[in-house]
Amino acid sequence: MSLFTSRAASAPMPAWAKNSLMIAPLLVLLAVFLAYPVGRLLSLSILGPEGFSLDAYRHLFASSLYLNVLWITFKISLATTVLSVVLGYPVAYLISTAPAKLKSRLVFLVLLSFWTSFLVRAFAWVVILGRNGVANNFLMSLGLIDRPINLLYGTGATLTGMVHAMLPLAVMTMLAVMENIDRSLPRAASTLGARPGTAFWTIYFPLSMPGVAAATIMVFVTAIGFFIVPALLGGRKETMITQLIIDQVQQTLNWELAGSISVLLLVVVLVVFVIYDRIFGFATLTGEDPSAQARRDTLARRAGSAVLAGIGAVSDWLIARLSFKRRRKSAEGTPLVLSVFVWTVLVLISLPALLMIPISFSSAGLQWPPSGMTLQWYEQMLNTPVWTQALVRSLTVATGAGILSMLIGVPAAFLLARGRIRGKAILLAFLLSPIIAPRVIIALGLFYMFAELKLVGTSIGLIIGHTVVCVPYVVMTMIAVLRNYDQRLDLAAQSLGASPLRTLRHVTFPLLGAGMFSAFLFAFATSFDELTIALFSSGGLNATLPKQFWDEVTLQVSPVIAAVSTCLLIFITLLIFGADRLRQRSLAR
Amino acid sequence: MSSSSLTVKKLAKNYGQFVALAQTDLTVADGEFLTLLGPSGSGKTTLLSLVAGLTHPDGGEVSIGDNDVTYLAPHHRDIGVVFQNYALFPHMTILENIAFPLKMRKVSATEARERAMAALDMIKLPHIAQRYPKELSGGQQQRVALARCMVYRPSIILMDEPLGALDKKLREHMQLEIKRIHRELGTTIIYVTHDQEEAMTMSDRICLMNAGKIEQLGTPDDLYFRPRTLFVADFLGESNLLPAQIVASQDGVLDVLVGSRGIKASATPNGENLPGAHIHIMVRPQNMLIAKATAGDVRHLQASVSDVMVTGSLTKIYMNTEEEGIPALVSAFPTRVNGESFQRGDKVSLSWHASDAVAITEQPKAAFP
Repeated sequence: MSLFTSRAASAPMPAWAKNSLMIAPLLVLLAVFLAYPVGRLLSLSILGPEGFSLDAYRHLFASSLYLNVLWITFKISLATTVLSVVLGYPVAYLISTAPAKLKSRLVFLVLLSFWTSFLVRAFAWVVILGRNGVANNFLMSLGLIDRPINLLYGTGATLTGMVHAMLPLAVMTMLAVMENIDRSLPRAASTLGARPGTAFWTIYFPLSMPGVAAATIMVFVTAIGFFIVPALLGGRKETMITQLIIDQVQQTLNWELAGSISVLLLVVVLVVFVIYDRIFGFATLTGEDPSAQARRDTLARRAGSAVLAGIGAVSDWLIARLSFKRRRKSAEGTPLVLSVFVWTVLVLISLPALLMIPISFSSAGLQWPPSGMTLQWYEQMLNTPVWTQALVRSLTVATGAGILSMLIGVPAAFLLARGRIRGKAILLAFLLSPIIAPRVIIALGLFYMFAELKLVGTSIGLIIGHTVVCVPYVVMTMIAVLRNYDQRLDLAAQSLGASPLRTLRHVTFPLLGAGMFSAFLFAFATSFDELTIALFSSGGLNATLPKQFWDEVTLQVSPVIAAVSTCLLIFITLLIFGADRLRQRSLAR
Repeated sequence: MSSSSLTVKKLAKNYGQFVALAQTDLTVADGEFLTLLGPSGSGKTTLLSLVAGLTHPDGGEVSIGDNDVTYLAPHHRDIGVVFQNYALFPHMTILENIAFPLKMRKVSATEARERAMAALDMIKLPHIAQRYPKELSGGQQQRVALARCMVYRPSIILMDEPLGALDKKLREHMQLEIKRIHRELGTTIIYVTHDQEEAMTMSDRICLMNAGKIEQLGTPDDLYFRPRTLFVADFLGESNLLPAQIVASQDGVLDVLVGSRGIKASATPNGENLPGAHIHIMVRPQNMLIAKATAGDVRHLQASVSDVMVTGSLTKIYMNTEEEGIPALVSAFPTRVNGESFQRGDKVSLSWHASDAVAITEQPKAAFP
């Protein structure tokens, strides 16, 4: 290999220098705009006006208020996680086993809700569960209730909204693992004499565990830092810890207390991660093959397989009882119950956002059923300059953050995917930290720093802030893309006389084009939908679209927002459709 | 009928418009080693999946022994399948993998362990019991897959290109290994491959498939020396196929006129051969006798040498004739140190013994090269 990569005549750059150059921008970005500001924020909790002080913590633990909120947050997040993973598992399973055509349609449905803004989806539930909303209307038409009941602002509404927000993430995470499970393994099990239930529980399920684990941690960590759903759908009893932190800064300007609550939140997240690492290993999150690590024949493992064998036997007994009619075609096709369940879940995932479309054209406003046809909400939206300004600003910021993320992330991805470097695991962990750390902590740290640098309210500030949270997605996507790229093509190009740069231009980039574009789209969409950083750093007047949305929706629930939601929905649909087309075109090559 | 025999009646499978398997009948005797041979897409893997119960047919019947198992789920069939990629369970140790089918049959844990260890002894890998599949080489994984399949003594073992991923040397070693195990256990084995050499060396009978149909079923000898169709002649080893017309047939010898010039020759009948019929005669390269041409020779087929190759034990001479309808020919003979040497461009004359030239009645299809 060195035969092609180095030229004897000119002294080549030493490998370490090249490697450092590739990853340095990323490390600098994360050090300056992640580690430093977050460190500052956390240190605020022990630095009072007169130097070191633990007053904030004394305050924190003086009443049970904060610990109570933490406990509630923990409970809601846990319930959300369990529900999302349990509901998402059959969906991911069915998608992974579907024939190619159906699969791409199902994935499209899941991606559509995955990329539909959390704000749009939460707002949709506000409308659906409202006094004159779809849910009340439906229950009344069934005769279960005579007058509208209060469905909003409670644990039920919060959990519904949370699970709805997290389900697509859970499905996509589990799907990534299930796609790689060898289809012949369950078949082999059945030829060896395992009945369907046993084959599933003792073979397929253990192999899908890394996906379940990854989905669990991703959903839990996202949920624990979430504030949109509890703020819009929850009551006072569903206040979550992130809302407290935001309140401390926005309303009481108590940075010390905000810092100390942040420490509390971060500790919880870190503890969860350490436990995860102990059980499953951190590497499973980055898509490394989990079976590469040696397994230990522990008591826990034996107990686990005994339990699974038990579940398998029970389910076989149940299947035998239930499916006496389906003798002839039993080995083929998906069980009807599973299909019905999965389609119900998929419809429920997609429906809320889609309901915004009829509502946005209804002259009855947010009432259900819609009546009359009007464009007034769209007119109002277009006549208010704040919305168009917010759109322009969001597009600018998202494009900027997307490009910057690519410039910083792609070289790093090349190094991480191909280079043999020491401490890769630690690098990856550091790289993933913007996704793992609760967003509000990053947002506050950046706000504090930007205030000093006079970057609050500027596009530059937002672009930098968004790049910090977008760049991990770019790197992860590119690493996955590069893993599937046959590096011998580069060597072939170089053996045919192309310089490394020309190889990159004429061979590598054209082949990676679709993958790179989807990495860019990932960054773009993440920034376009980002609320937390924008909430603080975009200042009062220069709101991004999500910030504007949030300000409106917390002020009053109006049909104009349904119109905005519809526009966002169409925009996202076009984006995914375009990306999907591109992907298929690159596959066809 | 014995419990380990297999009968397939009018079995068929379509995928949309594509005929994966046309109506097929096949019987495999108890303890037989039958190979399904054919190019990719010929239906051999479809037939195997139908027998294993991994796919359901559109029509027809599959019986193992006297039991109709056509729509029976795989786990009720008491068959063993060795998959192309081995399909070892990555989350189980080798011992657990091999004990799995026993566990499924409710064999006690101690007995399962003993039998699994015995199976490991049989494949001469007793020291890898506690390892995981990922830690084994391809050949070792292959042998474990075999052991996992043999350990519960299924009535029929199906193997889907089990040696496809191994290198040549290891493959030859494993061929012997599988033959040895087959001899020791006496199990009925149905073996899928697209490698004709592998099929020739291992099988009791070969079932050569093409385009979803059985092209010919018989012993390796039958297929090699008495092919019924041009496809069979061409697929199994190299062959020279010469267009000819039958003049007369007597005492087990056919008098034929070869090529457009009608060179007189003789051949061995194969199937129904009527005088006057246009046929092909097949001569294997090692039976194609070659000599330097003498001027004015009109009794033998004339050709000119286009290539000479020494493959090691054999020397192969590739030749072209000036006649239309006769494709490139090849003759092979043992390489000698001081043998007669041929050069590119040499004129040669060709001949063969009547017993080495076999008549093939089938006319070439339009697509046949």
